[in-house]
Amino acid sequence: MAILEARGLQKTYPKAKTPAVADVSFAVAPGICFGLLGPNGAGKSTTVEILEGVLRPSAGEVLFKSEPIHAGASAKRYRDQVGIQFQSTALQEFLTVRENLRFFAALYPKIRSEDELIAVCRLEEFLDRDTLKLSGGQRQRVLLAIALINDPQIVFLDEPTTGLDPQARRNFWELVRGIKAEGKTVLLTTHYMEEAYELCDEIAIMDHGKVIASGSPQSLLAKHFNDSVIELPSEEAAALMDRLPFTSRGELSELTSHDVAASLDQLRAMGVSLARLRIRPRTLEDLFIELTGKALRA
Amino acid sequence: MNFNFKRLAAMTIARSMEFLRDRATLSWNVLFPLLTVAGFAWIFSGPQQPLFKVAVLLPQGTTLSTELHPFLAAPSVQFYVEPNGADAQAKVTRHRIDMALDFRAEPARYLINPESQKGSALETLLRGTGGTPLQREEASGQRIRYVDWAAPGILGINLMFSCLFGTGYVIVRYRKSGYLKRLNATPLTAAEFIVAQLLSRLVLTMLVTTVVFAGSNLFLHYRMEGSYWLLGLITAVGSYSMIAMGLMVSARVTSEELAGGLLNLLSWPMMVLSGVFFSIDGAPKAVVWASQVFPLTHLLNAARAVMLDGAGLASPAVATPLLILVACAVTFTLLGAIGFRWTQD
Repeated sequence: MAILEARGLQKTYPKAKTPAVADVSFAVAPGICFGLLGPNGAGKSTTVEILEGVLRPSAGEVLFKSEPIHAGASAKRYRDQVGIQFQSTALQEFLTVRENLRFFAALYPKIRSEDELIAVCRLEEFLDRDTLKLSGGQRQRVLLAIALINDPQIVFLDEPTTGLDPQARRNFWELVRGIKAEGKTVLLTTHYMEEAYELCDEIAIMDHGKVIASGSPQSLLAKHFNDSVIELPSEEAAALMDRLPFTSRGELSELTSHDVAASLDQLRAMGVSLARLRIRPRTLEDLFIELTGKALRA
Repeated sequence: MNFNFKRLAAMTIARSMEFLRDRATLSWNVLFPLLTVAGFAWIFSGPQQPLFKVAVLLPQGTTLSTELHPFLAAPSVQFYVEPNGADAQAKVTRHRIDMALDFRAEPARYLINPESQKGSALETLLRGTGGTPLQREEASGQRIRYVDWAAPGILGINLMFSCLFGTGYVIVRYRKSGYLKRLNATPLTAAEFIVAQLLSRLVLTMLVTTVVFAGSNLFLHYRMEGSYWLLGLITAVGSYSMIAMGLMVSARVTSEELAGGLLNLLSWPMMVLSGVFFSIDGAPKAVVWASQVFPLTHLLNAARAVMLDGAGLASPAVATPLLILVACAVTFTLLGAIGFRWTQD
């Protein structure tokens, strides 16, 4: 049974000509990491806010353990059982990390122990620091701890690693894996396809307010691609453009191939040096561009 | 109603700690009124600027003209017709006006407050203009220094700015930064959040005002005829009504610039028209009526009645403005609570 289910969600903002969310339905199984991907303006933030219970849909419903989340008493129960890390959130200023944790803890009837939370999110080093003086990665860890403070069954992470350096991002991934290992369900939105591939068991790709593909990253890649990508620096590929269907992607140009060995033979025969050539499998980024026609950070 | 006192206490404490630890803001909240009071005390102990306000009591059927007395053509003096002799006397006593001319009396007389340097300057001016000599009279009752009259006003504007901006601007900042959205995702209710903001600001404002009042009283020795407890009650109710006014303004606003503009739109007319620095007696009727809209007017009227006249709670000079302040507080709180939105949508 799904822990969270979106059924025919629609949302149209006042004065908007087109709906932000046109028709979204999917189910999230318990204990998995579910990724919601889409280009800017695809409607994923609105969808997530509806799922979080922060926004009401214009039509459709969200069920949490088969109960509608936007209705009276179940709305309150839902709030007690979900954890949310918003994309950008300020904290109470001039308070330390520990004081912020205690403040949020006081708002919930059931809470996780402070020591456990500190250990899970690795907050020890900066526990008594003013939240205004935290680095981006530290801040995201505090926000994650606040999202986990009520020991939720499902955690929403809305672009949690945007703006973080690669090391901080990878550290954050470890925390998310730890949360998953505890059996919690994670709903993640991200701009980083690598992140989605690393963390998500299932993904849904949205565009124009609708889900256009869903499934596990591996099954989606297998369904849409049976080829590999040969990459060459664009200055070398330029001379081959009239003979081979290279696609320019900035500094690199790509050639897709169903038979890599044959393509390599062909390139060698044309006198192409293989020293700077790279072969890679298809990625979620390729899938994303294939389905939406847009680069992710466009 | 889903109201939880543990959550209310947590929110109140968190907001109060934020305010108390913001040393720059806290220092300014204490220093600003102290400097203003000290500045005014110093300014009005020295030579005066020739800007005077004089009430004129006219016999029936006459109008304000120089035929009555050539002094009525004096430059830099605003003459206005005052219908009530007792009111004129009270205003001279309290420095609300600088002199009263009574042409109903036989012989005609002028009334001044010997504590008023502006009054003394006007007296010199009057003697120099010639015309029928007027009989000198000093305002009866205890003489009041200008600083005794102005101090409640100066402390009042500090209260006003602290209450309006400390609530209104902060809530808009919370909304814009996404902090309100985060709180909305917790079990904290809108009622708990609003009450916490009101309580925190009220307690802190009262603390800061008490410190400023006591501190400035050490060297200015304010006249205090009435009860300190009653003055505290008036200050608390007046502060609350202005905090609620700030809440009302910030209920839905999402832009700090707009919030600042709206709060300035309220605070500046309130500062000018509520009788903070000078009395609006003699101003056009519309202006006098407009001044009655602002809580600060009633706060100052009640506070001055207690401090300068020793009025008690039962006195209409205190009870009436206090009731108006309560009505303002209830109205603004209801409007603010009904209009309150967590998010920018």
